[in-house]
Order: sequence, then C-alpha cells, then structure tokens
Amino acid sequence: MLYLYDGALDVPTILKNWYEAEATSNYGAYIPFVGTVRSENNISGLSFDIYEPILEKWFDSWQLKAKAKGAIIKMAHSRGDVMLHESSYIAAVFSPKRRVALMLIEEFVEDFKASAPIWKYDLKQNKRIYALERSTAISGSGILGVFS
Amino acid sequence: MVRVEFLGPIQKKPLELEIKNLNELAHILQKDKELSEWLQNSAVAVNDTLVNSLDVELKDGDKISLLPPVCGG
Repeated sequence: MLYLYDGALDVPTILKNWYEAEATSNYGAYIPFVGTVRSENNISGLSFDIYEPILEKWFDSWQLKAKAKGAIIKMAHSRGDVMLHESSYIAAVFSPKRRVALMLIEEFVEDFKASAPIWKYDLKQNKRIYALERSTAISGSGILGVFS
Repeated sequence: MVRVEFLGPIQKKPLELEIKNLNELAHILQKDKELSEWLQNSAVAVNDTLVNSLDVELKDGDKISLLPPVCGG
C-alpha cells in the first residue's frame, strides 16, 4: 500500500486511517516512522520529484518480503514542496509480533533511502536546489559513464 | 527508435534514438559534456527495470531512464 500526495502529509489522519484499517487484522504490532522537515542550512522547506513506475516496483518487492514474514508495509510520501516542520514521509509495518516489525521497519527505511527513485531539493531564497551531497547513487550506477 | 528519459534533477529533454544496445547509448551520451557527471552517478533502467550491465539489446519502442542519486524522506 503506497500512497503519494501533493504537498505535506496529514500525519494524524494517515496514521489514524492505517490504524483503523488494520485494527481487526490480528496484527500485534504497528510501528510507524514519520519523517519531518527540520530547520537547517537556512532552508524554508524541501521539495520532491518521484518516478512512480520504478517506485511502485520497488515497493511491491518489499511488500512480498514483508508478506513472507506475515507482515505488511504501508508508505506515504509527498510530491512537490513540503515546508519546515511539516512531514513528507511515513512508513509503517504491521506484523503479528514486534520483532519482525522492528527489523522490517529499519531494513525498509534504509533501503528506501538508498534505492527509492525520489529526488530531494532544498528550498532556499525562492530557489529549488538539488541536494546532491545528501543523495545516494542507486546500486549499479555509472555504467553509462564507462568508456569502452 | 528508443526513447531516453532523464529523471529528477537532470535538466535535459528526452531523446529519440535509433540504437540497438546500451553500448551505443553510452557512446552517444559520452559526447555530451553536460552529462558527464550524471553518467558517472546515474543508474539505468530499461522499460522501468534497473539494469547492471551495458550488455542489453534494445528493440523498437523501448524506454531507457537515467536515475541520478536519490534521497527520499
């Protein structure tokens, strides 16, 4: 279950909806992670581009991994601008027991940072500046730059 | 004809090229100096599946995407 929104996420509503959707699914653990835009480097906010076809494939592969452990993953992310102290990202794992959920949420969020096709920009003085130094090259990058 | 798309911060319009494999694409894109840094740090997808090698044959209608370094969240 992947949900994309224009602008900031309505965190209380999303967490409540997810909780209520699974309230009688017999999961013993619900572990959400919420990512919020912090004030740093004089930014007024962040902005995001998403390439949805590959994001959906990446997410589906994680949903299969979770299913093999009896768990499910939900994720919400913003497109476009998200201002200071607003939230752009929520990931959550529901699982029968806490250990699986604790492990999966860490593995999922780390791989999300390294692999999900989302690009981040700092909003600064009415400019949108690609955050290259905080970004990670996807595994296998650089093959078109090799001279043969 | 294959279509080449440059995603995220790569400010370049899509290309339509008559090429048979990714090696040919590498040779064409390496001539564009503005792309040199992006070629070093971007991943490549063919029809929305990431590939790890240039050893990929292309057919008419294929879509190639260049994905620069990512940072969601």
